[in-house]
Amino acid sequence: MGNSSSMLTQYDIEEVQEYCQNLFSQQEIVSLYQRFCQLDRNAKGFISADEFLSVPEFAMNPLSQRLLKMVDGLNFKDFVAFLSAFSAKASVQQKVKLIFKFYDSDGNGKVSFNDMLEVLRDLSGSFISNVQREQVLTQLLKEAGYSKDSYLTLDDFNKIFGISELKMEVEVPVD
Amino acid sequence: MNSSEGKLKSSSSELDLDRPNIEDYLPSGSSIQEPHGKLRLRDLLDISPALTEAAGAIVDDSFTRCFKSNPPELWNWNVYLFPLWCCGVVFRALVLTIGWIIFLSCFIPVHFLLKGNDNLRKKMERALVELICSFFVASWTGVVKYHGPRPSMRPKQVFVANHTSMIDFIILEQMTAFAVIMQKHPGWVGLLQSTILESVGCIWFNRSEAKDREIVTRKLREHSQGADNNPLLIFPEGTCVNNQYSVMFKKGAFELGCTVCPIAIKYNKIFVDAFWNSRKQSFTMHLLQLMTSWAVVCDVWYLEPQNLRPGETPIEFAERIRDIISVRAGLKKVPWDGYLKYSRPSPKHRERKQQSFAESVLRGLELEEK
Repeated sequence: MGNSSSMLTQYDIEEVQEYCQNLFSQQEIVSLYQRFCQLDRNAKGFISADEFLSVPEFAMNPLSQRLLKMVDGLNFKDFVAFLSAFSAKASVQQKVKLIFKFYDSDGNGKVSFNDMLEVLRDLSGSFISNVQREQVLTQLLKEAGYSKDSYLTLDDFNKIFGISELKMEVEVPVD
Repeated sequence: MNSSEGKLKSSSSELDLDRPNIEDYLPSGSSIQEPHGKLRLRDLLDISPALTEAAGAIVDDSFTRCFKSNPPELWNWNVYLFPLWCCGVVFRALVLTIGWIIFLSCFIPVHFLLKGNDNLRKKMERALVELICSFFVASWTGVVKYHGPRPSMRPKQVFVANHTSMIDFIILEQMTAFAVIMQKHPGWVGLLQSTILESVGCIWFNRSEAKDREIVTRKLREHSQGADNNPLLIFPEGTCVNNQYSVMFKKGAFELGCTVCPIAIKYNKIFVDAFWNSRKQSFTMHLLQLMTSWAVVCDVWYLEPQNLRPGETPIEFAERIRDIISVRAGLKKVPWDGYLKYSRPSPKHRERKQQSFAESVLRGLELEEK
């Protein structure tokens, strides 16, 4: 990709566009590059966790720590690929896949009871007790036909989310 | 049936954060999932609102926008204008040098010889500081339009202005010798601060020291009560912002029991981007950049003095003044504390979101049990 501080060439843009399965337009990719360079303060070619956390809106998000594991140290191509799930053109399956990857932090293709519990804990903090969290999760899993010891796969996630609407869209500002 | 409101409204006693409720500003509320009817597994696993917010912040956020400097426009670089520009730079450097010579040759004798006669010395030093500031402004080919009645020297009043660069101070100082409260800088700027600016009565603070705030508040109060101190100029944003947005005002200037006179400063971006991005440039480089651009054109509005209204808290007062200044200078308001440049947000914000989510889950559960 070359030095971050240089401009993107047409080849670079097309390469990135292909990598993210055409979910972003070329203008959006240029905008994302400007943003990437803005966040990557010393032109290292990736954005460090600290630099992500310097965006207050991101740091305030309850999911930021877990999300950092997914985005820390990504180069520009992977950065765009990550964000492509939030494009208006992305399908529900692509969005569900990202959600699955978020839960499956060790990347072994299976989401355990613990994974789901951890995310619930991030989202609810100290406002629900641990016991209550486990209870709720166990009960809802049972109602959906799973047990506490089940490992959910991507297919399970697709079944759970179904084909219903998933509102997960971010607009890339284009100057 | 549970009918309590999920969203948290903080009482005004939460002032230890030194800022009003961010939730009132941010367009979120999207972390709250409203389960319709029974709570299902899907509702619990659906983290798309929070994920979307995080991704939105990664793609664009209103805080980083405040500190974005504009790349210089290159409309004015061509063969015809170049020699003219070179002459301009040389001329300006000359003007500045002459200014310093005149200033130092008057200031040093006045400062030492008139040690006994304080009143006269102060008057002359004020006039001289105003003079050197005028020379500075001339060295950038500054075209400053002042609107509104000039500040008068009265006790129990402070002036507040939006902050774009340290040159704000120089531009205002050439008209009126203000006493200013500033961060102590290293290098030649620090030297200037401790010698010349002492004479107009400046107050120093150190951002990194925690206890510093109380000391500074006390000094501010003492200064504003004194009758023959120079009028106090404060930049309540606490940091330089890029003249298109305004960040939240710190309440320190608004709880001194004084009249607050707002000043709005707006730079014309066509000629130069006067924003001093202290993370990217040292002040020396910034000044050089100003001296080598065509002009610094700006408008300064002295606005109507305001007093604390009965029943108004200092934070509400600060926001009201920020409104007045932002409207006059065409700035967009953002709900961020400028010091977030140097530190992380308080965990309270995350906890509020967690509380909303927890409450909506518990509500969904209660619906189930009915």
